[in-house]
Amino acid sequence: MPLTKERREALEELCLSLRKDLVTILHRIQTGHPGGSLSATEIITTLYQEKMYLPAPDDPDRDRFVLSKGHAVPMLYLNLAEKGFIPKEELLTLRQAGSRLQGHPCAHKTPGIDVSAGPLGLGLSAGLGMALAGRLQKRNHTVYVLLGDGELQEGGCWEAAMAAAKFNPGNLIAIVDHNGVQLDGTNDEIMPVGDLAAKFRSFGWETLSCDGHDVSAFSDAVDQAKQIHDKPAVIIAETVKGKGISFMEGKNTWHGKPISDVDYQAALNELGGDANG
Amino acid sequence: MAKQIAIRDAFGAALKKLGEVNERVVALEADVGNSSKSILFGQAFPDRYFNVGIAELNMTSMAAGLALSGMIPYVNTFATFLTSRALDPVISLIAYDHLDVKLCGTYSGLSDSFDGASHHSICDLSAVRSLPGMTVISVCDAVETEKAVFAAAELSGPVYLRLSRAPAPVIYPENMDFQVGKGIILREGSDIAILATGYMVHKALEAAKMLEKKGISARVADIHTISPIDRDLLIDCAKTCGKIITVEEHSISGGLGSAVCEVLSETCPVPVKRLGLTEYSESGDYEEILEKAGLSGACIAEKAEKLIKGN
Ligand SMILES: Cc1ncc(C[n+]2csc(CCOP(=O)(O)OP(=O)(O)O)c2C)c(N)n1
Ligand SMILES: [Mg+2]
Repeated sequence: MPLTKERREALEELCLSLRKDLVTILHRIQTGHPGGSLSATEIITTLYQEKMYLPAPDDPDRDRFVLSKGHAVPMLYLNLAEKGFIPKEELLTLRQAGSRLQGHPCAHKTPGIDVSAGPLGLGLSAGLGMALAGRLQKRNHTVYVLLGDGELQEGGCWEAAMAAAKFNPGNLIAIVDHNGVQLDGTNDEIMPVGDLAAKFRSFGWETLSCDGHDVSAFSDAVDQAKQIHDKPAVIIAETVKGKGISFMEGKNTWHGKPISDVDYQAALNELGGDANG
Repeated sequence: MAKQIAIRDAFGAALKKLGEVNERVVALEADVGNSSKSILFGQAFPDRYFNVGIAELNMTSMAAGLALSGMIPYVNTFATFLTSRALDPVISLIAYDHLDVKLCGTYSGLSDSFDGASHHSICDLSAVRSLPGMTVISVCDAVETEKAVFAAAELSGPVYLRLSRAPAPVIYPENMDFQVGKGIILREGSDIAILATGYMVHKALEAAKMLEKKGISARVADIHTISPIDRDLLIDCAKTCGKIITVEEHSISGGLGSAVCEVLSETCPVPVKRLGLTEYSESGDYEEILEKAGLSGACIAEKAEKLIKGN
């Protein structure tokens, strides 16, 4: 179902406020990954706050989410807090000794994290396993896997893509955060990934694409993907790394850089907040 | 206080320097060149630098091919990925055929502290140490890093070079005598020997100072080569001190502590206490999580005292 105008506006407003919270937390702790968290903001927020069936973090029938590009986990924690799965006050413990909120997703520490991640290239296989288990157990949940475009340079992703087409669980949706940038530079500078849709198609997948920062377009793409059962489906979400903060946009240098006081103030100015808020 | 230089900065500078004098040296990188500092080599020698993207397995097999055709490849990525994702060609091609590939595992131990356990590297030594013919070197300061980078090129066969993100005090003079396979006694002592490697060498020196105040004389040795390990030095430590503590930023299974026990159990058995990781660590400030893992100077001193008192 397309998003109503009210829902769309509510999600857009939420994404804006999560972006502010994100930079506030990352500025405070002086560590963490802004670029890839900002590019995945609409994707993760639309899934968690609109699309996924998530009555409780341990409900066996819940939809599953695999954050294969694990470094974007701050945006996932913000969404888990929004769902009430972790207290909002806990967010500032991110990456600190003793916290449940690890620098990369940790399934045994954090309620609501379905799979651990960090080393890139493992999530699509893990998601496929979960989807196959769901089918065997006659559940009708969907398994979503979010991948980075740089991450797709890992050969293991393509072993998983091949296997997903063969075993076709019917409930697996991959999403590529296609921001064109990785750590040392752009994809084109470091290792061109070529036509990702064509690659997935040739591996036996159905491919969809959308503006990954348009909550309505992304929501529609998810609805469409859920209608596809004869093949696994991938949504290539066109995004901008560092989206929403002009000086971070498209810059590999903002992959994991600490946010200075000056940059924090500038970021908040752009997002329309104030440093004391 | 001694000057601090991050091991990774010293490594990048040394690799570039090596590139200037040895044209057979090439470097491979898997999208962490700004972290490993292999980028310094890449900027100086773009034709001899191959950034393969996020593809450690491909990178390492490519290195085998380069070595088989006469080049000396230095392979760069995080220690944990090099000894997990890329371990297959290390075992099946590089160690098996004794190829001239130099495996540079950066961000080892807990040095990439905030990223958490997924980015820590606490079983890399065990993975490479068991491979026949693999030289395993783990450095503690900037001077030793440069020496090791150059020594690796001279050695025939595969080398694993364990590097770190951590800024470390420079303890060696430029003209230090670095010999692969020869540990270095940094401080004499007779009550106990603390054998350390990598960043833990500095913690061991701190511990020895604390012990001195309590009237305990601790020998400290930098075991920069884990394989082949300096058997003579280990036996001498056992005979001179009678008790040994090993300290490493690694699981207590399979690394320095295990190597020391293997030698001494067959030659000169004495009590050995192995300090290192017994479980996965977590995200946090580097010094804080080291302390939690029992790897601070004070923790080492405490364990040494206990061992001397016989409990
Ligand atoms: C196996 C592995 N190699 C390298 C890294 C280090 N690393 C973390 S994020 C990253 C770049 C990721 O780029 P991309 O997948 O495009 O993510 P995004 O742009 O969405 O942040 C790299 C190289 C890693 N985490 N895992
Ligand atoms: Mg990217």
